[in-house]
Amino acid sequence: MSLHLQARGLGCERDDRWLFKGLDLDIHSGEVVRIEGPNGCGKTTLLKILSGQLSDYQGALFWNGTVMSKARDHFLANLLYLGHAPGIKLGLSPLENLAWYQALSGEKDDEEQRLNALESIGLAGFEEVPTGQLSAGQQRRVALARLTLTPRALWVLDEPFTAIDRNGIADLERQLVAHAKAGGCVLVTTHHDLPASPLLRQVALG
Amino acid sequence: MWAFIHKLGSPRWFYGMSAKMQPWFWAAAVLLLVVGSLWGLAFAPADYQQGNSFRIIYVHVPAAFLAQSIFIAMAVSGLVFMVWKIKVADMAATVMAPFGAVMTFVALFSGAVWGVPTWGTWWMWDARLTSMLILLFLYIGVIALRSAFTRRDSGSRAASVLTMVGVINIPIIKYSVDWWYTLHQTASFTLTSRPTMPTQMWLPLVIMLLGFYCFFIAITLMRTRSEILRREASKRWVQELLTDPMLSTATKKAR
Amino acid sequence: MIAVKATLLRDLTLLLRRRGEILNPLVFFALVITLFPMAISPDPALLAIIAPGLLWVAALLAALLSLDSLFRSDYDDGSLEQLLLAPHSLAALSLAKVAVHWLLTGLPLALIAPLLGVMLSLPTGSYAVLALSLALGSASLSLIGAIGAALTVGLARGGVLLSLLVLPLTIPVLIFGVGAVQAAIVGSGVAAHLAILGALLAASLMLAPWAIAASLRISING
Repeated sequence: MSLHLQARGLGCERDDRWLFKGLDLDIHSGEVVRIEGPNGCGKTTLLKILSGQLSDYQGALFWNGTVMSKARDHFLANLLYLGHAPGIKLGLSPLENLAWYQALSGEKDDEEQRLNALESIGLAGFEEVPTGQLSAGQQRRVALARLTLTPRALWVLDEPFTAIDRNGIADLERQLVAHAKAGGCVLVTTHHDLPASPLLRQVALG
Repeated sequence: MWAFIHKLGSPRWFYGMSAKMQPWFWAAAVLLLVVGSLWGLAFAPADYQQGNSFRIIYVHVPAAFLAQSIFIAMAVSGLVFMVWKIKVADMAATVMAPFGAVMTFVALFSGAVWGVPTWGTWWMWDARLTSMLILLFLYIGVIALRSAFTRRDSGSRAASVLTMVGVINIPIIKYSVDWWYTLHQTASFTLTSRPTMPTQMWLPLVIMLLGFYCFFIAITLMRTRSEILRREASKRWVQELLTDPMLSTATKKAR
Repeated sequence: MIAVKATLLRDLTLLLRRRGEILNPLVFFALVITLFPMAISPDPALLAIIAPGLLWVAALLAALLSLDSLFRSDYDDGSLEQLLLAPHSLAALSLAKVAVHWLLTGLPLALIAPLLGVMLSLPTGSYAVLALSLALGSASLSLIGAIGAALTVGLARGGVLLSLLVLPLTIPVLIFGVGAVQAAIVGSGVAAHLAILGALLAASLMLAPWAIAASLRISING
């Protein structure tokens, strides 16, 4: 299925200051789109608008050609958003964290899948350890395990490389490209340079 | 209808429109308040039970009416702002809140002053006064919540939600306070609940009421206008307005 | 529905692992009740008269104390964004969180209140009504308080503001809750008071989740 997220004339005004204005953006299946720009130029805000968390913006969003307000349910069922904060409960084990995400995204409860997802992100052996005892990088990896756990077409990732070691970064880069190749689309902000790929497109902000 | 709502929502249009309306409301407010106070304080007959002290009714009742009406007006503005994203409605709600709080305080204070000759004490847990006190806390909550946000827009929306929650609660609070009061009734009679009032006494009250409302509308228009200028200061029409040679000479003359 | 259940279970597990957070409001409740005889008088006759009000006010404040953390950790660690973006009704998900708050704060408060009632020489015959009125009333408090918690979760120091916003709105619950206990002491009119408490709870259940959801969407804006 071909996916298409479209933004027309997007503008966001924060207390009389325009973060961006008149922004047109098209994101299709098979693309990795990287939003870049200096600190404070509104990258996170843009991702929040594109993922439907904020409502006070100018312009229009379309999902597969339909106005977002009418396509919201279908859009959310295809979206995987990883924010600045990992969204991981430190009091729960990685396995329990993923179980909640499985239920939240409406997937069926499947321990096998959770174990596989944790193994693929390099957390084998840490499944039952309280997440609070893991390192920052490992905590981030628990959040990234959701990419394997929940099959969603559109990934919106805000600084996913934070706190990840060099091997992890290379793996994640490969995973993003593989997802695009398989027909998904990725929208990512990062200060880290992504390796050149025909699928990669850069959008400068600010 | 839609066109009208959106026209009303344009700060620039509102600014122009309110400039024309404002003097009329000021004139009406001054006229009504002067006539009402003179009549009420000097010419209305004294009360057979309370003597002259009843005259505080001409401040207490209009202030209490306004205190409640303003909260409702704020809730309506909040709803308009949330549903249609009309910024002028939020600006109006912003400037109404402090005025509403002041009116609530005036109602409370005049009630307390009235309490001295009536009950022999400054404060009595009378049902109306208690409801007024709770209303004052609601006003303070809305104002405090709005100012607690660093982003003005979030503050506006949070204040709108709180005002709407509050306006649903006000009748419930009022009803339960009345219930509570009948259970623990201590005062022999409540303020303002008079069975019959001669025309000579209530006519000035009506005039004062109208005067207070006109004053409220006039001051809201005036303060909304300055709020528009403040928030839209970066907009072109405001800058043109401020650099307009005609206008600046007019203000110089006024000075 | 699965998501609501999972959220309920997750929050229960999290709080049960940090028992201190459940105990704190209860200890606070007991402590405040201990203060009153010292501040007023140890005279049982006097305490018996004011006991219903003291118990209710202290329970109200104890429940309020724990409200600030209702959405705080979810906001800080980013789970709140995920709740917002789940393909489910945010009102239903936040209702699950409020239910956990009531189960672990309101209900325990209602259960230990009779014990503290004994210490304040609360007249016999009103203990069951005290527990029942607190159980019913604290559910409304959790719902109303959650609106305030959702509105202030994005603010650095929202705690005191939260009390300022929520307390005036809880006055009806307080009046009828205390009224129920006093009615039980007098011996008539308990059912009417409890019915009104139930009606307040029903109204809060219908309206509060929407207000909570709307407030959370505002707070996520920062």
